[in-house]
Amino acid sequence: MLQDKDRIFTNIYGFHDWGLKGAMARGQWNGTKGFIDKGRDWVIEQVKASGLRGRGGAGFPTGLKWSFMPKESDGRPSYLVINADESEPGTCKDREIMRHDPHHLIEGCLIAGFAMNAHACYIYIRGEYIRERERLQAAIDQAYDANLIGKNNVHGWDYDIYLSHGAGAYICGEETALLESLEGKKGQPRLKPPFPANVGLYGCPTTVNNVESVAVVPEILRRGASWFSALGKPNNTGTKLFCISGHVEQPCTVEEEMGVPFRELIDKHCGGVRGGWDNLLAVIPGGSSVPCLTADMCTDLSMDFDSLKELRSGLGTAAVIVMDKSTDIIRAIARISYFYKHESCGQCTPCREGTGWMWRVLERMARGEAQKHEIDMLFEVTKQVEGHTICALGDAAAWPVQGLIRNFRHVIEERIDQYSANPGDPIVMQAAE
Amino acid sequence: MSVRRLHSEQPESFAFTQENQAWAEGQISKFPEGRQASAVIPLLWRAQEQHEGWLTEPAIRKVGEMLDMPYIRVLEVATFYTMYQLQPVGKKAHIQVCGTTPCMLRGAGDIRAVCEKRIAAHPHEISEDGNFSWEEVECLGACVNAPMVQIWKDTYEDLTVETFEAMLDAISEGKEITPGPQNGRHFSVPFSGRTSLDEDSQDYGPKGGVPFGHVVDGATTACAVDAGVSINGGSQPDAASAKAKSGAAAKAKPAKKASTAKADAPKPEATAVPEDNTVRPSDVKDGAKAEKATAAKAPKTPKTPNAPKAQEASAPVSDASKPAALSEARSGGADDLKRIKGVGPKIESTLNSLGIFHFDQIAAWDQSNKDWVDDHLSFKGRIDREQWIKQADALAKESKG
Repeated sequence: MLQDKDRIFTNIYGFHDWGLKGAMARGQWNGTKGFIDKGRDWVIEQVKASGLRGRGGAGFPTGLKWSFMPKESDGRPSYLVINADESEPGTCKDREIMRHDPHHLIEGCLIAGFAMNAHACYIYIRGEYIRERERLQAAIDQAYDANLIGKNNVHGWDYDIYLSHGAGAYICGEETALLESLEGKKGQPRLKPPFPANVGLYGCPTTVNNVESVAVVPEILRRGASWFSALGKPNNTGTKLFCISGHVEQPCTVEEEMGVPFRELIDKHCGGVRGGWDNLLAVIPGGSSVPCLTADMCTDLSMDFDSLKELRSGLGTAAVIVMDKSTDIIRAIARISYFYKHESCGQCTPCREGTGWMWRVLERMARGEAQKHEIDMLFEVTKQVEGHTICALGDAAAWPVQGLIRNFRHVIEERIDQYSANPGDPIVMQAAE
Repeated sequence: MSVRRLHSEQPESFAFTQENQAWAEGQISKFPEGRQASAVIPLLWRAQEQHEGWLTEPAIRKVGEMLDMPYIRVLEVATFYTMYQLQPVGKKAHIQVCGTTPCMLRGAGDIRAVCEKRIAAHPHEISEDGNFSWEEVECLGACVNAPMVQIWKDTYEDLTVETFEAMLDAISEGKEITPGPQNGRHFSVPFSGRTSLDEDSQDYGPKGGVPFGHVVDGATTACAVDAGVSINGGSQPDAASAKAKSGAAAKAKPAKKASTAKADAPKPEATAVPEDNTVRPSDVKDGAKAEKATAAKAPKTPKTPNAPKAQEASAPVSDASKPAALSEARSGGADDLKRIKGVGPKIESTLNSLGIFHFDQIAAWDQSNKDWVDDHLSFKGRIDREQWIKQADALAKESKG
């Protein structure tokens, strides 16, 4: 188990002062000027050496992403944009950072902005996080008052941080949709290329980073890249905030080492699966978009990017949704399909039409009102949605359904048998409407 | 995607209040020259808060004028983002029930059923008394505290049907309710206590405390009056703009101060936390299992939840430390101990059974009394953490004076 001394977010539960004084007492804003004096190449090298991978879901190496930004300005300003639009079902880690330990993020914004030659940073927080927004703004004001950021600040790098917000659209967590939304438009993703590092916010070079990715950077620089890379596993280094929800005795958010065994995570922090380990049915290991796993697959599961990828799932945002045997797994996944139907931005046909279609078929399957050959048809349709849309929402909608069919096909078949043995109303075909 | 249209009946006009106008200018100043359209989402949101929690057509036009945007572009934004309510909502509270899978697994369906039964059969319908409306929303990002609802600015988490119904009662009666977990839990900490970060002492300073209780009475009130109440007691208001361009902020803040006068009026800290300690039947059952699980893994983990407190309290405390008890309440009747924040009906009855009926009894406890009572509660460490004695002292003085 990770020791407390290796935990980065020491006030994740809000037992202590969230403000600047408390943050400084916990070691934040210490030596920041020294890092900036060492230059942007040094900062990027350190982040690369630490092996930090983006915490927003895709796991792209953060240092590498920063190095894509132009070294010399061609007259356009560079921007850092923080993605605080935490909306992936199951995920509530950035919320804890922003309401209880916001100075990690603010200090990280300064350092990350400096590393990519940006003098301005926009934090885009989801609209529903109203108290979190107030808290974060209060913390930003404190940093301005203490001259840690702003014009002519003590760090010698002019830097402004602005907080803006959304109004309830999951899609705005996609980086180009976020930029559209920040420009005051509907959150519909842009085609890539050009990538934001070339043409981003207001047509200027922009990097979009997740809250947690940026918030851990100051501690990495303070304690050294080798400290961070020694935690976890090769290529999956460091610590991670895990949010465990669903059917565990005590759901909670906790910072653990990457690659922590699934069973240890559940037993040590959450009091185990509700009704005991044998009562485990399925686990969604990384937020609603990743395929679910069966209980058997979780016995020796290691919670990191690569191990979960091998199981054809993913770590995503490390939002672990646990389901015990009382769960109707078809309904649970159908509810996720409804979520994607609701959140599709409507721009690409396969996603706009496909998400609703998949949801309707799953709702029928949850009742058993389906034919067995339709299971294959549904799988085929998910393959038609996946990879055929501008952004990854189509993929995210397809994967949970694929996971259900791959791992719980027998449940769907049993449900269909049950229904056809004792049919209630005649089966009405309504999927293609 | 959902089809969202403007309401059929619209008011004549819309104008920001002076205070909100200044705030809006502060928002616009965050963005570069010519990029003022970026402020459209915050402005529409403030317009909604100002107008009883729903967004009107004149407001959309007004925001378009302010930002020099074509009407259709603002309309697109208003209909795309689902937090904009395009039809009137309940006067006191519009309840947003999270229904996505993590909440669904923990019983969001039951919460929804309460809304259907008590408020209106369909989402976005207004209750008969006009005070409530509800809708099911997608993941609100408090999954480890499921099931939960959001009302205006605040989230109410770890709900059961009982605590949720009690909340609705409190809102309709104009009583205060406290945001955050409704089962006595501290934010996202495991229910029985910390499993990490437990090396430092439990330091609940004023700045790290728990959320305030307040009366829920409409979006406009939430916007103006509650602006000074941050999540867990911080006093920083919703700062109007980034400090870099603080002119507007300076203007807005005093104005806001005036409107918070009502909130600033002295009031006792203690608030009725509805059904704070109600233990769900399933929890009782599960609790036993949890205990077993903890016992089984104890040798491996020296850090049991709440380690310092639990060990301290588990040392047998002799009966000599029992605080002075009464056999029954004094002639005026027992005090409502539930007014102490953290004391629910269950703890109140436990206290009564120990011979504690009045605030001044609690206020008189010394350390050994406290330990003794702590030992008789199912949830140890609360007396200190929630500062019962201080609260009781204030309440005792209040009832005398």
